[in-house]
Amino acid sequence: MSKTTKTTVLRSALLAGMASLLFSCAEKKKKEYASTAEIPATREMIAELTSPPYVPTPVGKRKAKKLIVDMEILEQEGEMTNGVRYIYWTFGGTVPGSFIRTRVGDEVEFHLKNHPDNKLPHNIDLHAVTGPGGGAESSFVAPGREKVFSFKTLNPGLYVYHCATAPVGMHIANGMYGLILVEPEGGLPPVDKEYYIMQGDFYTKGANGERGLQPFDMQKAVDERADYVVFNGKMGALTGDNALTANVGETIRLFVGNGGPNLVSSFHVIGEIFDKVYVEGGDMVNKNVQTTLIPAGGAAIVEFKVDVPGTFILVDHSIFRAFNKGALGMLKVEGEENKSIYSGELEEGIYLPEGPGIQTMPSTDEVKESDIPAKSMAEKMEFGKATYMQTCFACHQGEGQGIAEAFPPLAKSDYLNADVERAIDIVLYGLTGEITVNGKKYNSVMTSQSLSDEEVANVMTYIYNSWGNSKKDVTPAMVKSRRN
Amino acid sequence: MGPSLKIAFIFLCSFIVGTASAQRNEMAVVKGGTYIPLYGVDSTAVTVKSFKMDVYPVTNSDYLRFVEEHPQWQRSKIIRLFSDGNYLVNWEGDTSFGDVLQPNAPITNISWFAAKNYCECLGKRLPTVDEWEYAAMADQTMADARTKESYNQQILDWYEAPKTFKNKIGSTFKNYWGIYDLHGLVWEWTIDFNSVLISGESRKDVDKDSNLFCGSAAVGASDLMNYAAFMRYALRGSLKASYSMRNLGFRCVEPLNKMNENSSR
Repeated sequence: MSKTTKTTVLRSALLAGMASLLFSCAEKKKKEYASTAEIPATREMIAELTSPPYVPTPVGKRKAKKLIVDMEILEQEGEMTNGVRYIYWTFGGTVPGSFIRTRVGDEVEFHLKNHPDNKLPHNIDLHAVTGPGGGAESSFVAPGREKVFSFKTLNPGLYVYHCATAPVGMHIANGMYGLILVEPEGGLPPVDKEYYIMQGDFYTKGANGERGLQPFDMQKAVDERADYVVFNGKMGALTGDNALTANVGETIRLFVGNGGPNLVSSFHVIGEIFDKVYVEGGDMVNKNVQTTLIPAGGAAIVEFKVDVPGTFILVDHSIFRAFNKGALGMLKVEGEENKSIYSGELEEGIYLPEGPGIQTMPSTDEVKESDIPAKSMAEKMEFGKATYMQTCFACHQGEGQGIAEAFPPLAKSDYLNADVERAIDIVLYGLTGEITVNGKKYNSVMTSQSLSDEEVANVMTYIYNSWGNSKKDVTPAMVKSRRN
Repeated sequence: MGPSLKIAFIFLCSFIVGTASAQRNEMAVVKGGTYIPLYGVDSTAVTVKSFKMDVYPVTNSDYLRFVEEHPQWQRSKIIRLFSDGNYLVNWEGDTSFGDVLQPNAPITNISWFAAKNYCECLGKRLPTVDEWEYAAMADQTMADARTKESYNQQILDWYEAPKTFKNKIGSTFKNYWGIYDLHGLVWEWTIDFNSVLISGESRKDVDKDSNLFCGSAAVGASDLMNYAAFMRYALRGSLKASYSMRNLGFRCVEPLNKMNENSSR
């Protein structure tokens, strides 16, 4: 946000505050309006817009205002995951677009600006609008132009907005969606932390993980065969350093949207129960919910208190999307442990719901060689990391630390460093049964991985050259020699 | 336009025809035929008469010469009704496009009025949507390559490539008719760009009584997959004649037999 915008917001907030002090006696008699359409919107205010996962300051008890929303459309290249580039079409330069926060009775004056460098016309359909096309009709804007229209927020709730220009599905599939919150009279109850998360499905010519600039694939979109299902526009937007954060004891409110275009989301936070869910972003509050369904073009507000420290994983519980297509985020909670609520020390054994027999990967006769071989050590590391994040990360974790009692560590691993050929074999053919790593016993299943020689070489080189390992350089030839 | 005015107008423009460079005159013949557009005012098959089309889009240097000869189209002199504030906005001055733009790059930031008059002053006119679409469905080897997946992909790749308006003319490919750059550099003005209405509310356009989809029975599902064309129609629908856009240029056409066209009017 620019400085001037900030000062304007502050100034209008101050003015509003002073006004409410001055007229506090008169205001004691709370005025009731027959309908929200009658709520007067008096002073002007520039809306604070935020990039995901952040949300603007709560509306609270402020009066209805004429709220000016300034939004720029940008068509720009971004990264879906390491090495996979994609041309995103965005509202405000991010996927999802900037978060808009209003209250019921606001008169929103919407300025939609299409950057001159953009190739295409766009518009905006806000589900919070009562009017033809949700505003799309009056906001159709050519590159290098600006359109202005205004609407009154009649219904409180959390609403999706998106582009609705032909071909509509493609504009949505390229990332043109976001959320607009209309707070009820008096605002939402205060919480400690609020975040903005939005799921979307993406369709690329290449398969998941195929490097290079990936064009949009209309056929896959029509067939609803998504290559990526992600939170906030890309893989890893909410993991590792980008994880959401909170402290033990805090209450969290997530504004969760689903831009689609095709898939509905079974939103779930692993290891938490939602104390409250504003079902479909509306007035109905459900309590004690494990997973909430968010339709494409819909939203939900979920609230919960974090009682114990740890990393809580956000997923679409259509679970292959989470671990194979990217719908995975993290909430890192710091603070004192509370053993009466959760103690990890009592765990024994591992639960293998499908049994080791079923978990083999389908084997193909041919594994496609990567189109873009690594030319240098730096590239090997880069490509290897990409494969690691797609294939190994879920079990062996971001720093190779593994998961206690379940998946062995790769960091400073005596087992790994002792025998490179054995390590290659494990990646190629999988491993079942008990092994001892750094003095601890593990008994789980690693499935064989369908990776090309090049990919195996890259990922193993990455692992060997990370986290205090023996810095071996694994070549595609070494991998090839281990294949039967 | 009254007859006397028309004569005066022709007289005003006519002298440049003689002085125009070879490039300005280089045109290719597009043999007429019948085709089914993605959609159009007439729903089904459209017959396009043979015509000549500029081989290249009009360039910055072409246009510079034009505004030198016709000062009324210079940036500071253009009638406001004929342009928005973006007309030649990237030019350095009235008679100089500066060092950043290449002389051989297509002219952009041009209103429909300006493009139309440019062509008229050369004794030509802007293409119709049907003529443009008809010529542009050709790839290097086929007059109608719309069913070729690779050709559609080629067009879509351009839509995803940023800032192609900076490239030189002739830098894409020569199509079946010998015409360059119909796809790959800039969008192009057509004389009747707004005759197919994509309204601001694209999803409403499926109404039976709107012009847009009245041919839906004739337009098969495979054509609905031609989303490159959808994007062109959407772009045209978002324009007004006074708009000037960074990605929008033009080229001119000429009927193959001028006498015939004039007498048929």
